[in-house]
Amino acid sequence: MADKVIYAMYDDDNVLKDGAKKLVSKGVKVSEVFSPFPIHGIDPIIGVKNTRLGIMAFIYGLTGLTLATIGMRYFMVVDWPMNIGGKPNFTYLDNILAFIPISFEFTVLCAAHGMAITYFLRNKTLPGMPAQNPDPRTTDDRFVMELRTSENSQFSAEELEAMLKETGIVELDQKDVA
Amino acid sequence: MHKEAAIREPLILGHKTYHDITEDVCRPIEDKAPRMWYILFGIALIIGLYGVGCILYLLGTGVGVWGLNKTIGWAWDITNFVWWVGIGHAGTLISAVLLLFRQKWRMAINRSAEAMTIFAVFMAGLFPLIHMGRLWLGYWVLPLPNHFGSLWVNFNSPLLWDVFAISTYLSVSLVFWYIGLIPDFATIRDRAKKPIPKKMYSIMSFGWSGRAKHWNRFELVSLVLAGLATPLVFSVHSIVSFDFATSVIPGWHTTIFPPYFVAGAVFSGFAMVQTLLLIMRKAMNLEAYIHTKHVEYMNIVIMVTGSIVGTAYITELFISWYSGVEYEAYAFINRATGPYWWAYWAMMTCNVISPQLMWFKKLRRSLLFTFIISIVVNIGMWFERYVIIVTSLHRDFLPSSWSMHYPSHIDIGVYIGTIGLFFVFFLLFARYFPVLALNEVKSILKGSGESYKNMPDDHHHEEPAAVEEAPKAETPAEEPKAEESTEESSDDSNEGDAEEKEDNNDNNE
Repeated sequence: MADKVIYAMYDDDNVLKDGAKKLVSKGVKVSEVFSPFPIHGIDPIIGVKNTRLGIMAFIYGLTGLTLATIGMRYFMVVDWPMNIGGKPNFTYLDNILAFIPISFEFTVLCAAHGMAITYFLRNKTLPGMPAQNPDPRTTDDRFVMELRTSENSQFSAEELEAMLKETGIVELDQKDVA
Repeated sequence: MHKEAAIREPLILGHKTYHDITEDVCRPIEDKAPRMWYILFGIALIIGLYGVGCILYLLGTGVGVWGLNKTIGWAWDITNFVWWVGIGHAGTLISAVLLLFRQKWRMAINRSAEAMTIFAVFMAGLFPLIHMGRLWLGYWVLPLPNHFGSLWVNFNSPLLWDVFAISTYLSVSLVFWYIGLIPDFATIRDRAKKPIPKKMYSIMSFGWSGRAKHWNRFELVSLVLAGLATPLVFSVHSIVSFDFATSVIPGWHTTIFPPYFVAGAVFSGFAMVQTLLLIMRKAMNLEAYIHTKHVEYMNIVIMVTGSIVGTAYITELFISWYSGVEYEAYAFINRATGPYWWAYWAMMTCNVISPQLMWFKKLRRSLLFTFIISIVVNIGMWFERYVIIVTSLHRDFLPSSWSMHYPSHIDIGVYIGTIGLFFVFFLLFARYFPVLALNEVKSILKGSGESYKNMPDDHHHEEPAAVEEAPKAETPAEEPKAEESTEESSDDSNEGDAEEKEDNNDNNE
C-alpha cells in the first residue's frame, strides 16, 4: 500500500508536545519528531526508548582498563622487568601505584571514544551523510512531527490531517513514499 | 518546562526568539568578515609564522639555541607547556563540570571556551615535542615494539603519564566539542545558500537531522562525556604536577602540587576565557548572550581559584620553614629574595592580590577591569611556572654549578609564536564555526530568557508564538471537516503498535 508521510510543523516546542500527547491519546502513532534542540519529555510521549549508550560506555571503559592492565603488566613485569633504583618490578601488585594514572587515562580514552564512535554509527551520522530533516527550518526554529499512514492504518490520511490541525500547527505537508 | 526563580538574572537579554538566536550566531559566519578580522588574522599569522621559523631553526640547529645550560635543563619550554596546558583547562571545566552541576550560564560560553582549550593544548603539546630535538621521533613515547629488542617506554615515569594524560585530554575534548558542534553545523548547513559552504557544512554536520531519538542519544552522550571529562580535567594537571612533585628537587617535591596546579590551571584558563570573550562578544554582537552576569560568574571562579592558589603559595612557604628541611627553606627564601625575586613578586602580585579585588561587586561586574585583570592573571600564571621551574633548578646541589637562565631570542620567538598560532586558530574558529552553542542556548531560552522570565505565569505556553516575529510564509492550513473525523477516531485503537501504545499511555499519566 502506498505510504503517505504527513509532516506537521509547529513553531513552539510545548505546542508540539501537547499536540503529540493529544494525538497519541487518540491512538495515533507519531513516527518521528524533528527539532532544533532536544524537547525534554517528548521521548516517552512518542515512544522513543531511552538510549543504552551509557551501558556501552561502561563496557568500553572496562575494556580500556583491562587492556591497560594487561599491557602494563606485560611491558613492565613480564617482558622487560624494569629495575628502577634497585627496585625491580617483580609483580604487578608491587608497582600498581605507578600504573594507576595510565590505567585511568586509558579507561577514559576507550570509554569516550568507544561511545562517540558508537553514537555516530547508531545515529548513522557520519561525514558526508545527506541531511534527512524534512524542512531546513527544523534546525532553526521549527518543530516537525512526522506521521505515516502505514503506521496508522485505522485512520485515513484526511483524518490524520484533521487531527493535526487541531493541535496548533503552522504548516502541513505530505509526501508519498513508495 | 523547568522554571527558574524570577530574581535570578536572565541569561539571555532582550526579546529573543529561537530564530533570533540562529540569526545572531550565524550572521557573522555568513557575512563577509569585517576588516578588523583580516587585520587581526594577519598580525596573528605573521607572529605565528615567526614562531614556526624559530621552531624550524631550533630543529635544524639543536636545542642549544635555547637559553638552557647544564644546570637549568628545563626553562621556557616547560614553563610555556604548563602555561598552555593550564589555559587549556577552562574549556572542559566549563563544559563538563558545569554541565554536571547544571549551570545554565555555561551554554553561552562553553563552545568558545572548548575551542580555546583545544587550541591551547595544541600549543602545549608542541613544547615537549620540539624539546625532544628530533621531532620526527616523537612517536617513540608510545609503547611500540622497536628495534632495541623488547625495551618499552617507562610506565613508572610521570613524563609518560603525561603523554597519556595530554593525548587523552586533547582527543576527548576534541570529540566532546565536535559532538556538540554537529547540530549547530546542521543549522548553518540548512541556511547556507552558496554551494561551497553548503557542501562543507553538510560534510561537517554528518547529516544531522534532529530526530527525537538522536537528541535522546545526544543528551546522554554529552552527560557521560562530561562525567568522563570531569575527572580527566583534574587528572591532567595533577599528572603535569607529578612531573615536578615526584622529583627530588627542593621546591618541586611537594605533595601540595596536584591540587595547587589544578586550581592554578582553572584560574588561568578562566582568565584567558575572559580575555577572549570580552573581545568576541563585542566584535560579534553577542552582548545579549554573554553579558555582565556571565562575566561576573567567571570572575567568581577566578576569585575562588585565585584564593586557592594564594593559599597554596603561603602554605608552601610555611611548610618550607615548618618542615625544618633547610634545603627546602633555602629554595623558598631564594625564590623570594634571590636573583629571581622580581619573578616571584610579579607572581605574588598578579596571582594573590589581583583576584582578591573581585570581592567588590562593582569591580567584578566591570568589563574593563575584568579584561585588565584577566591579562594580569595570565602574566602572573606564566611567572608562577617560571618561578617554580627556573628558581628551583638554578641553585644546583653543587654551588659550583649554580647558574642563571637567560632566554635566547629563539626562546622568546617560539613562545610568542605559539601565542600567534593560538590566535590564528581562534580567529579561524570565530570566523567559520558557531561561536555559541546555539542549539543549547535555544533550550534555555524559555527558562532563562529575559522576555520569558518577565511573563506572567499562565502565559508561558501560549505567548511564544505571539512574541515570534519571524514571518509565517505559509498560512496555517484551515480546511473544513476537521471536527467530525477526529471525534470519531478518538476511541479507535491501533492494532499494529499495541506495545508502543501501552508504553505511551503509561508515560502519559
